[in-house]
Amino acid sequence: MSAAPASSPATSQGAPAPVVAVHHATVSFGGSPVLEDITFSVAPGETRILLGPAGVGKSVLLKLVNGLIHPDPGTVELFGEEITSLPEDRLFPLRARTGMVFQEGALFDSLSVRDNVAYQLIQYPNTPDQEIDARVREALRFVGLEETFSLFPASLSGGMRRRVAIARALINNPEFLLYDSPTGGLDPVTSTTIMELVMRQRDAHGTPSLLVTHRLQDAFMLCTHRFDEEKGAAVALPKGETVRNTTFLMLEEGRLIFDGSLEELVHSENAFVREFIQ
Amino acid sequence: MATNAIERTAKQIVLSVQEYSLFASRAVLNLVRPPIYWTDFLLQSDVIGVGSVAIVLLSGFFTGGVLALQSAATLAAFGATAVTGQFVSLTMVRELGPVLTGVMVSGRNASSMASELGSMVVTEQIDAMRALGVDPVRKLVTPRIFSSIVMLMFLTIVADACGILGGGAVTVFLNHQNGTQYFHMAYERLRYPDIVQGTVKPLFFGYILSSIGCFYGMRTTGGTQGVGRSTISAVVVSSVLIIFVDFLITHVLLTVFGLA
Repeated sequence: MSAAPASSPATSQGAPAPVVAVHHATVSFGGSPVLEDITFSVAPGETRILLGPAGVGKSVLLKLVNGLIHPDPGTVELFGEEITSLPEDRLFPLRARTGMVFQEGALFDSLSVRDNVAYQLIQYPNTPDQEIDARVREALRFVGLEETFSLFPASLSGGMRRRVAIARALINNPEFLLYDSPTGGLDPVTSTTIMELVMRQRDAHGTPSLLVTHRLQDAFMLCTHRFDEEKGAAVALPKGETVRNTTFLMLEEGRLIFDGSLEELVHSENAFVREFIQ
Repeated sequence: MATNAIERTAKQIVLSVQEYSLFASRAVLNLVRPPIYWTDFLLQSDVIGVGSVAIVLLSGFFTGGVLALQSAATLAAFGATAVTGQFVSLTMVRELGPVLTGVMVSGRNASSMASELGSMVVTEQIDAMRALGVDPVRKLVTPRIFSSIVMLMFLTIVADACGILGGGAVTVFLNHQNGTQYFHMAYERLRYPDIVQGTVKPLFFGYILSSIGCFYGMRTTGGTQGVGRSTISAVVVSSVLIIFVDFLITHVLLTVFGLA
């Protein structure tokens, strides 16, 4: 994959503005709030890992960031633009700059792997077929699935579908990535392969991301490993060292109860955090 | 308690009508703003139009046949079997052709649209499409609506022709009447307002069946059970609405042409 530097507008103080900033966002679907008074941001080049047990609103928060769901009240800024009040048709160009990997892959089952991965490119008739094929092969090579080019999603395993979904999210060189439980329900070997892909995108291209997971081992691995391009695998950092631009958020019953580094997480006094990480 | 339930139901109905109106108008407006997915338009024309030819052809043929059978017995009592052709052609072109085709195509395609889009909603494919920067209404709904409108008009013409042909077959082979007289009367008595009625109605019916099918599909909730519910609702609502709108259009057109 070609490198995709995360472009971000600078603030008036000169510091780069966050790629995403959520301010006091509350989301409810008729009943009690699913998310309540959420505030956080993702800086350029930063990877944020969103932890929490199942059903706590992690996927909803991810959709909120991408404008698929709107907060009421609260605001969401994506690439410096306040998207809460934007009409749907003005959100599409912003979403096209992000990549999103859904929980179960959400591949289009009536399209081949090639057409799934190339979906964004196909929508623009000016892109020649040869270029589309080349970029699809490159994206599939990145996730180690070049041989699935002509197959349909139904003939792929769960892990392969997630990897194709990652290829689809990466093909347009996104400036921001959203991963919704990319390893949920997968075996440990496949999970490690997928976390290595996430790590590789972070370390090789510096793409900022927000990753949802309830698997602590995946979250800790992202913080304590880096991707070695020469070895083609994740390598552990020396003991005591962590990846500084990878930090944590934790949700409990729709409320954000933690925002900080790995060290702060493991030393947190919060009873829920302590219970979760033990 | 009962008052609250009635109030809640009434609010839900009003909200649904409002959502449907916004959804259907947005789908129509997409046709005048790029990008327009012409490939999807052609693909859906094939699925909706060509795919429905067989059922329309058969239902039209046998409906015309039944009309000829039923009318011949009644008309014979008045010594007017000669006007069987006129009766069959006018009934088919003005009324039964459009309505029957609308209901048949609704049963086939409104259900398919609701279940296909509903499945895409519950498997997050619609969200994935939005996340990829593609408008699902523009990509999935608008081509289906316009393909249905265009193709239903042609399917109705096919149904009308087959109905008249079916009536002719019954007249000649079962009623043992003169075929030339039948077809002469069927053609001779058709007037311009009859043709207008028969071709205007499918435009409305095509819009109804496709917009209702897509609307119920896109608001599916509750997993695979929800897909089933959406499919049933789409067929029931679109069929009833087609018959209701047929009544309104007939009344308006008869008034316009001074036939009421």
